[in-house]
Amino acid sequence: MASPLKCDLCTKPATVHLTQIVNNKVHKVDLCEACAQAKGVTDPSGFSLADLLLKASLTPEAAVAEGLRCEHCGFTQGDFKKHGRFGCAHCYDTFKGMIEPMLDNMHKGTTHTGKVPHKALDRKLLTDRLSKLEGNLDEAIKAERYEDAARYRDEIHQVKQTFGQKLTR
Amino acid sequence: MKSTRSNKLSDKNSRGKDMTLASLLSTPSELTDTASSKCAIVLMTRVRLARNLAGKSFPGWAKEKERTTIMEACREAVVATPQMKRSLSTTVDELSELEKQILVERHLISRELSGAKSGAGVIISKDQAFSVMINEEDHLRIQTLRAGFQLKKTWNAINDLDTALEDKLDYAFSPTLGYLTACPTNLGTGMRASAMMHLPALVISSQMEKVVRAVNQLGMVVRGLFGEGSDASGSIFQISNQTTLGESEEDIIKRLGSVLNSIVEHELNARDRLMENDAPKVFDKIGRAYGILQNSHLLSSGEAMNLLSLLRLGIDLGVFPDNSRCVIDRLFIEAQPGHIQHTTKHDLESSERDTLRAEKLRVEFAAFAKPTFAINGKN
Repeated sequence: MASPLKCDLCTKPATVHLTQIVNNKVHKVDLCEACAQAKGVTDPSGFSLADLLLKASLTPEAAVAEGLRCEHCGFTQGDFKKHGRFGCAHCYDTFKGMIEPMLDNMHKGTTHTGKVPHKALDRKLLTDRLSKLEGNLDEAIKAERYEDAARYRDEIHQVKQTFGQKLTR
Repeated sequence: MKSTRSNKLSDKNSRGKDMTLASLLSTPSELTDTASSKCAIVLMTRVRLARNLAGKSFPGWAKEKERTTIMEACREAVVATPQMKRSLSTTVDELSELEKQILVERHLISRELSGAKSGAGVIISKDQAFSVMINEEDHLRIQTLRAGFQLKKTWNAINDLDTALEDKLDYAFSPTLGYLTACPTNLGTGMRASAMMHLPALVISSQMEKVVRAVNQLGMVVRGLFGEGSDASGSIFQISNQTTLGESEEDIIKRLGSVLNSIVEHELNARDRLMENDAPKVFDKIGRAYGILQNSHLLSSGEAMNLLSLLRLGIDLGVFPDNSRCVIDRLFIEAQPGHIQHTTKHDLESSERDTLRAEKLRVEFAAFAKPTFAINGKN
């Protein structure tokens, strides 16, 4: 981000930059994390998300996101301003540029370090692999590449076995 | 197999609505029947996880048809878990306004779910320790509730249920952002851990504002008994983590635990100071509360909560025996408007409810233990 601004309330470096427009006048406030929290700026219940978003949308990367629309669910940035919630999980990819600066203020960190749904992820990995191999097998048969087809068939067999061991209970 | 055993809350074909709701209310529950001296200040611990299915729109954005598909998939997975054996499973549409209110008063569903569009539902375990809301803000809101201060145990219990659900459901998950939720404030762990604390001495000595400020600075949130926007009647407060991303579940729980411990310590200090400086005033408050509960004929739910709170303080100070604590905790819930309305057939005006509440409490407190006012064993 920009040059190391100092907090308006103390002397620590400011990490929260707030721009408010009141009666057509622009007010800019720069705060350090501690003061921002004390003032309730980072409190999502006391501070509207739409306001945070408005602030984020002033940054150049986010301006590009203005016309974006999630291709999975049709959700737009305007919808987020209105609801404060996303349309589907893919929105996090679509609106990445807008959401990333928000997360820094909202949470303790920006990277997940907690529980991982290993079982579900393994299952997805295997199903993806399986459908890819089955596609390959079909293609190989159509093209009469029988050696390849036999190899794919064996691999499919192997994946299915792992699938059975890992995922059925 | 499972569905025939699961006891539907409002299955009109089998037993009729009231019968099944009555069975829920009369079954001993975690919150109303297990309070002990271990719950002196922390009444209960609660952990909830927000989860969503991969590839589906979030509930607030999904069309009705998709919501129904999501609900069926989630419901099937939830009732199949061992934790939900013989559970109650119902859609929001099947519930009357009163039934919804009762479930909110028992902390089993949220206000948001009770006002949800069609295609939303809830599954509640027999002991009411687990509840899973479907299509509230997220596809799944899994909740575990335990009486007393039991953060680790509660987390382990909900972690097991969540892992069991993972067997059947593909969660929306990103390696960097964690569990993907409708609102970015729940990203990451999707976990909100909270404790319900009874803090009468901090309230009496006007220290709550200071405590709230300090707790906020530590990244935790203080709310009233029924969550966001509710008041703190009965000196009961809910304290929970504010952030969900960038820290593991165990770390959040550890941090919350140490904040809670220090609040407990402050409350105990405030009680000691009150007793040292002004024991007659404290005893007077408790004695009057006891008198009103035994003799009043009109009681609003707010007043009842405050009187019950003073009696609970009395139990902690040894004025009443330890085993009466669970009576108070049960009454905290049974004195709520929905629970009072449920005791009678016809619709009550608020003043009629106050009469009925006073009557119920007179009966309860006629049979309550007699007080013994003594400072450290001396009269």
